[in-house]
Formats: sequence, structure tokens, C-alpha cells
Amino acid sequence: MNRHLAQEIAFAVLTLMAMMVVIPVFWVIWIIVAKGSSAISWTFLTQMPHDGMTAGGILPAILGTFLLTAGTALVAIPIGIGGTIYLAEYARDTWLTRCIRLAIVNLAGIPSIVYGLFGLGLFVLFMKMGTSIMAGALTLGIMTLPVVISTAEEALRAVPTEFRTVNASLGGTRWQGIRMIVLPQALPGIITGVILGLLRAAGETAPILFTVAAFFLPVLPRSPFDQTMALPYHLYVISTQVPGMPEEIQYGTALVLLGIVLSMNVFASVIRSYYRRKRQW
Amino acid sequence: MVEPKIRIEKVTYAYGGKEVLKDISFDIMANTITVLFGPAGGSKTTILRMINRLNDLVEGTRMSGRVLVDGQDIYAGGTDVAALRRRIGMVFALPLPLPGTIRENVLYGLKLAGITDKMQKDTALERSLNQAALWDEVKDRLDHPAVQLSGGQQQRLCIARSLALEPEVLLLDEPTSGLDPISTRKVEESLFELKSQYTIVIVPHSTQQAARLADYAAFFLMGELIEYGEGSKIFTAPRNKRTEEYVTGRFG
Amino acid sequence: MLNNKSSAPKSISSFEFAIEAIIRVLGFSTIGFVLLIFLFLLKEGVPFFYKTDLINIFGTRWYPTFDLFGTLPLILGSVAITVVAVIMALPMGVATAVFIREIAPGWVREILKPMIETLAGIPSVVIGFFGMTVIAPMVRETLGVATGLTIFTGAVTLAYMALPTMISVAEDALDTVPKNYRDAALAMGATKWQTIRHVVLPAARSGISMAVMLGMGRAIGETMTVMMVTGNAARMPLGLDALFKPIRTMTATIAAEMGEVAGGSIHYHALFGIGIVLFVLTFFINLAAARAIFQKRRKGGLR
Repeated sequence: MNRHLAQEIAFAVLTLMAMMVVIPVFWVIWIIVAKGSSAISWTFLTQMPHDGMTAGGILPAILGTFLLTAGTALVAIPIGIGGTIYLAEYARDTWLTRCIRLAIVNLAGIPSIVYGLFGLGLFVLFMKMGTSIMAGALTLGIMTLPVVISTAEEALRAVPTEFRTVNASLGGTRWQGIRMIVLPQALPGIITGVILGLLRAAGETAPILFTVAAFFLPVLPRSPFDQTMALPYHLYVISTQVPGMPEEIQYGTALVLLGIVLSMNVFASVIRSYYRRKRQW
Repeated sequence: MVEPKIRIEKVTYAYGGKEVLKDISFDIMANTITVLFGPAGGSKTTILRMINRLNDLVEGTRMSGRVLVDGQDIYAGGTDVAALRRRIGMVFALPLPLPGTIRENVLYGLKLAGITDKMQKDTALERSLNQAALWDEVKDRLDHPAVQLSGGQQQRLCIARSLALEPEVLLLDEPTSGLDPISTRKVEESLFELKSQYTIVIVPHSTQQAARLADYAAFFLMGELIEYGEGSKIFTAPRNKRTEEYVTGRFG
Repeated sequence: MLNNKSSAPKSISSFEFAIEAIIRVLGFSTIGFVLLIFLFLLKEGVPFFYKTDLINIFGTRWYPTFDLFGTLPLILGSVAITVVAVIMALPMGVATAVFIREIAPGWVREILKPMIETLAGIPSVVIGFFGMTVIAPMVRETLGVATGLTIFTGAVTLAYMALPTMISVAEDALDTVPKNYRDAALAMGATKWQTIRHVVLPAARSGISMAVMLGMGRAIGETMTVMMVTGNAARMPLGLDALFKPIRTMTATIAAEMGEVAGGSIHYHALFGIGIVLFVLTFFINLAAARAIFQKRRKGGLR
């Protein structure tokens, strides 16, 4: 029958389109692993770069990314979770609350390079932090907020309202209910949100271009006010700015960055699915 | 005349602009079981949740009139709502165990009140579980998750959880609606036991249950109090025609 | 004992007051951050608009060394690449969402969803690197053009970067179509595909247009990828053949040049000026998308 043939064709096209979306993902990962894995060695991960970065390791970039991500966490976790608690537990549906939601949607939509400009203008120049881990972590932290808030809010809202009612009926204040029931129950979801936010920060280049990143720095950072190298920026530098760069080092760097970010991704979804199965409601 | 434990005085209550309680006044006497009954949509639950101010959690409501507990207006400014709710316990239509163990559930209210004394906690645990007729069934697995209990056990756990705080008043909103007949009987029996120490206000899940339990009964229809009086009279010789029709099963 | 019982709530309430105040401040902080970002863009960017004459600003030539700050090629570059990317991503995104929600068997869905999440997680610099080293040479060889760093190459990579957002928003949109719509259509003897085409997709239209909006927002703001794969030539993208020629976007311009300008120079202010344009553009794109969000939330209503 004609319309069944139409359905066959349509479904085939849809399947093809979906394959076109996911197959390149395998492809990208495959090529980077295939060309980059030969570069990975203990030396590569733990040594300073030398000979104009064409030899040696990428330790300062790896360490810089870890430091930046940790700094981002320090900024984004308290602000993000506090903001989430306000939205999910305290805020009533007023125009002011809608402004907050609009602000969050907006923060999520601001281009990363604009965050870079903002960080340069406020933290680096106006607050005189200079290009530093501190300035970068603050910039990335604000950029990460919308991811943390939207994921964490979902987790808080998933906790049944009845628990809050029971808490109140037993003489619990709102905050007691949040601290003793809602937050513990929502914790896995919150952690997932935080990790998703941080992995985005770890992979970002544009916001750190003018706030943190050092092209080449032969020493490791000693304080939050030092510059640092960072993996994403380093990959950009060695693939566009340094002529005669061995392809192996480029792909190796890409592989390390991809590995860090994707393993955080896997970690987040493992936590999510583990606790989703375990929870009692 | 004896002072009532709770006095509801000319209360009108609106939710989302719609009046769900219209000019309600009646008294609830100490150490009795007062039954609020009537067809669904009569806002009986709203009255219960008004007595411990649980309605505060709902947005978009408007209330006039007064609710007095021991002669004090509980809606007066400066009322410590948390303390009020400790004095007036509530059990809901569905068993709502909190995440955690049986012990944690029963002692949750004490934890909220900042009570850490081990002796006091152990005493409260055993006493309240006994009062809810659950002690024998759970005494060997107090640290098991509460959700492992059966529905009937969970509901008695919730009663025990309220009783742990030694409230003066116990509000029960169709506490046996999800239970089998045996569990229902156990709950009702424990309510009769508890009457000597507590003031009990219950929304029953059937007219039969209302008749079984009531010292006093109030019949609600579409947000209005139609008739209020001693249970023995209301269920056998109601004064109002609509009460009679409902009690004899002609509608509702 | 009794003392214990009555004293606890007092200390709790003042502590609670402090906690609530902090939470409230943190809740409102997001508004503060948006304002702060806009304020600092204005502070550093506005001088560009009064220190440079309008003819120059809207000129077609961007040569900062000669004080030529024509932003038109940059704006058109961004617009061109975004439009092409969204045209590519839209059918793929909607098709994939329909495939996941309506057709795919469970196990296929279990593979697809994590792969799409993975795609969302790949850093843009890695995609840029891949585009540069793998896709660009392919484009150059198969099309026989002078360089593989073109609008087309950039749009392909951007399309993939916008896809995860578009797919998940489109999925949500399909989710909100009431089940009885489907049932009614199927009961009348429509095939599954007829139901999808004539009932589900039209009902999900506003959600899908939101997906387009958010995809556009994502594409127009993307920086590293476009900087690495579009060749960065500030030329006007006029004519169809421009599709296979290099271009330069607003984002890439800021990223490439900010490191080298002297603070306080006109060039410096000009880059912030471009930042203002980007901020305002994405603001309105997200505002349009957010209207749908608010409408949805209001229906959800009361807590």
C-alpha cells in the first residue's frame, strides 16, 4: 500500500539522518585516539615542554586546566547551589523570579568570547588581578552557573513535595527540610550538574584567552595570581601558532583534553543512573 | 461549660479566588475524637491543614476569621508556627515515610526540635511505636529502610512519627484510605487508645468509619458546615435533612 | 528537657534568617552578573562608537592597522555562517529527535542519547582542531578550491556543535504533544508516519522554532571552531561562491586580535564594541526562546 511505502521511506530517511549525527562523533574520537595515542607516555604527561614546545611533555597545561577547573568549582558551586535553592525552594512566581530565570537563560546564551571580554574588563583590568588563574576561574565560574543551576534545579524539583509537607507538619522550618531531606536526596543530581558545568569550563578556550592563558610558561604556577598554561589554549596554540609542530604532539594534546572531558562526562552519567536506580521514591 | 481545645470562629477561606469554606464555626473538645465528614470536595482537608497552619505552604489563599487553640489565636502575629506544629501533629491520606530508616522516621521531629539526648530519644521511639501498635512488628529492624514496610505498617509509622513529639492534638486526613481492613482496624483501635491523652480530629474515609469513631461529628457539604453535634446523635437522629440523606446513603 | 525543647527553635530562627538572606542574595546574583557583564562591555566598548564615525563603522573594510573598522564583513560573516549552519542542522536535528522519540527501539536510543551527550561535551577547540586537520583538507580536495578553510567548512562543524542543543529542545517539544492527539490519529487509521507528519510535528512547531533559536544562539557565539576553520579573512560574503571561500566572524575577530591590541586604543574599544553587538544579538535570540520557556512554566503553575 502506498502510504505504507511512504512510511518506509520516511523512516529510512530519519534513520539515516540520525546516523549522520552520531557516526561523526565516533569518527572524531576514533581519529584523535588513533593519531594521538602514540604520543601518550609518562614523559608526555609529566614533563615540561621544551625545544619550542615541539618536544617534551604538556604537564603545565594539564596542571593549569586542573587548577582552573578547581577554581571554577569554588566559584560556581556555592553560588550555583545557593541560587538553585532559592529558585526551587523559596522563590514565588513573581516578575522578579522571572527576571532571575531570564538572567539565567541569558547567561547560558552569552558567547564564551564575550565572557572573555568581561573577564578582561572586570577582573584583569578593573580589579587589577592581571591575567591570572583567579581572573579565569571567576570568569569561568560565572559562565558555568547556568548549567549548574538548571541541572540542580531539576534535581531539587524531583524530590517529592510531600517530603517538604511532612517536614513542616513535624515542626520543621523550610531550611531544616532543605538541609535534612531535600539536599541529601537531590545530591546526586546536583553533583551531576556540577560536573557537567565543570567539564564545559575545562574545555573552554575563548574565556581564558585574555584572562589566564600563557602561550608558553616554563614554570608551574605558584599562586592564584599567576598565569598558567591550559590544555585547550595549548591545543589552539600548537595547532595554529607554532609552525613545524609534530602532528603527534597536537593529536596527543587533543587526546588528553578529550579524555579528561569525556571521562568527566561518563562519571556524571554513571552517578546519575546509579542513584536513579537506588532511590526510594 | 468546658473550654474547647480548638475553637474555629467564623472562618471563610478562599483558594485561587474561590471560596472553599464559608463562615465556619465550631468547637473541638479535648480528649475526644471529632470526625469531619461529608462528600468529597467539602474542604474537610482544608480545615485540618488550617489547624496546624499547613495551608501556609500553599500560594494564593485568603482567609478570614480566627482559629483558637487553648484560647490563643494561632494566626496572630508572632506565633511560632514550628512550635505550633509540634503541638499539633498530622497524618496524611497516603503513608509518607521519609527516606531513611524506621528509627530515623520516628525520631525526625525530635531531630528538628534539636533534641539529641539518647535516653529521651529511645523512650520516645518505643513509646510512640507502641502507641501506634507497631512496636512488636518492627522492634527487631528499627534500622531498616522505612519503605520496606507494608502500606499499613508505613501508615502506623507515620502516626508514630507524629506521636513521638507528644503533640496535644492529632489531625488525621483519611489515614486508612489506602489500607486493607485488618490494618484499618489496627489503626482505629490505636485511635481509641490514644483518645485519653490526645485530642483527635479525623477525616474518615467512609461514613461507616465516621460512625464508628465519632464522639463528635461535623457534616460538611460544599464548603459549608451543615450540622455539628455528638456522634451518637448525628448518625442516628440527624436534625438536618441533607445530613440525614447523606448518612442514610441517599447521595454522596 | 523542657528547656531544651523551647530554646532550640529560637536559635534556629536567627540562624535560619541568616541562611535565607544568603540564599536570597545568591538567587538574585545571576541578575547582577548579567548587568555587570553588560556594564563592562559598555564601559569598554562605547568609546568606539563615538570615537569612530559611522561611515567607518558600517564600512566594508576591517583593517585596524589603517584605522579602518568596517564591521559589516564581520557581522555578515557571522550571519552567513550561522544561517548555513542552522539550515544544515535543522533537518538533522528534528529528524534525530523524531527518530529518538517516535521510532527508535529502546536499545538504539540507549546508544544514541549518550553519543549526543558526548558530542555536546567535546570542547570546541578539539572540534576546531579536527575541522582544521581533517575536514578542511577533505573540502579542499573534493571541491578543488584554493583552501579548505571556508564558510562551508565552518558551517558543517558549527552545525554539529549546535545539534545537541537543538535535538534536546526538539525532543522536549515532541514530548509535550499530548498522547491523545497521537492516539486519535492512529485510531482513525493513519500510519505512524502520517501521525508524526500531520499531527505531532505541527503540534510541536513552537518548540521546534525554539530549537532553531537556541541553535542559532549557539552558532553565532561559537569562537574557537570558527577561528580555526574559516580562514579568518575579513571579506564580504557576497554571492553563492562565497560559501567556499574564507570568512571572518565577529567572535573570531575578538579572539584573534584582543591579545595584540594596546589597552585603551580605538582598536581595543572596537573589539569591545563588537562584544556589545554579540551580547545584544544573543540577548534577543534567547529572549525569543525564553518566551516559550515562560509560557510553559506558567502552565505548570502552582507549587
